[in-house]
Amino acid sequence: MAAATVASGGATEVLTPGSEEEAIAAFGDGGDVLVVGGGTIVVPDLTYRKLDPKKAVLLGGAGLSGVSTDGARTTIGATTPVQELVDLPAPIGPCAANVADLEIRSQGTVGGNLCAGEGSEAPRGDLQGAFLAVRATVRSAAGGEVTEEPLEDFLPKRSGRLLLSVSFDQPAAGAYAGLDRPHTHDYTALSVSGARGTDGTVRLAATGAGSHGQRLPSAEGGDAEAAVNDVTPHDDALASAWYRAKVLPALVRRVLDELKESA
Amino acid sequence: MNLTVNGSSYAIDSSALTPLLDVLRDELGITGPKAGCHQGGCGSCTVLVDGEPRRSCLVPVAYAEGTEITTVEGLGGPEDLSPIQQAFVHHYAAQCGFCTSGMMLAAHAYIERGGSDDQEAIQEALGGHVCRCTGYSKIISAVAAAARGESFDLTTTAVGEYTTMATGGAE
Repeated sequence: MAAATVASGGATEVLTPGSEEEAIAAFGDGGDVLVVGGGTIVVPDLTYRKLDPKKAVLLGGAGLSGVSTDGARTTIGATTPVQELVDLPAPIGPCAANVADLEIRSQGTVGGNLCAGEGSEAPRGDLQGAFLAVRATVRSAAGGEVTEEPLEDFLPKRSGRLLLSVSFDQPAAGAYAGLDRPHTHDYTALSVSGARGTDGTVRLAATGAGSHGQRLPSAEGGDAEAAVNDVTPHDDALASAWYRAKVLPALVRRVLDELKESA
Repeated sequence: MNLTVNGSSYAIDSSALTPLLDVLRDELGITGPKAGCHQGGCGSCTVLVDGEPRRSCLVPVAYAEGTEITTVEGLGGPEDLSPIQQAFVHHYAAQCGFCTSGMMLAAHAYIERGGSDDQEAIQEALGGHVCRCTGYSKIISAVAAAARGESFDLTTTAVGEYTTMATGGAE
């Protein structure tokens, strides 16, 4: 495989791959590698010295940006800016529009958001719930091997893999409900996404109710209160676990009502 | 690595992961972009990268190579103010001034892409910019006036004759 260009990164080796193949090679087995998409999440962590990686892979020039459709299936490249999703149907579009502000959405990437871990303040993957609701699958690489798997299987091991693209079939109907952000920079404190597939089954998922996006299978039959059984909310700077558990059923109810109206 | 800022080319030594903001301020001495929160939360460091507003504190400088960067210094100087700068003067839209360069660059880009004087659209475009003096209403008035293509008489303000604090403030 071709080698990525190497740039000076101080003590960190910085690789700037020019293609997907180079990006996979540069990531290698993912040991002590920092992947930089748009930079909106990791650059402050570098500035404040919360991160000090041996190697950084800058994906900006790797050609991984773009949204394509093939029939009902939509595929979104890892470095596609979040802003490019805001006009997609619910739940993806309204969920993307609720991320930060225009400037951050235009720089931050879909892959970076889906791979975001818990920061010092809150879970950061605003989009995870919406993509779980539409049964998204993720193409990712590690050790030179590329696999495709459901997003819910990918999320727990996301720190060890390089996300390449995410795909989903457009649902028959979708809905999104989230807490308004008190400040533009805040990550989503809590949101619920729902989708009814073409087979009529409803799938629900939450962002902000745990360390990453979580499905809410207990509520999919229509019992909004049961959603709390599926999650373990945390206390953080944005909201307490108690508050999240109290508000979650209300957001679930709004999403279920909206899905019912569109039936 | 080379950077193009306000039409001039600079050879820089900073490492590839250095935030563009630090390169502009610390290595090049271009201090129009302000270092407020250094984590993308305030908008005071916003510059234009190929005409698009970006938080320079969040951009690894490697991503800025090969682009055209515009800071407030590139919008216009004291004798040659751009329309958005004139609008901010006329509408008294700067108080302490810390947010002003970021606000004006975001507003300039908004107007360049055809933004109207609609208040909600302006709020959405400038939603990432915090004014700790809370002077939002005059800022929005200034952006709306510039979006309408108004021209400004800088010897007066929108609230009356231009006078300085020393002579008793605006009447």
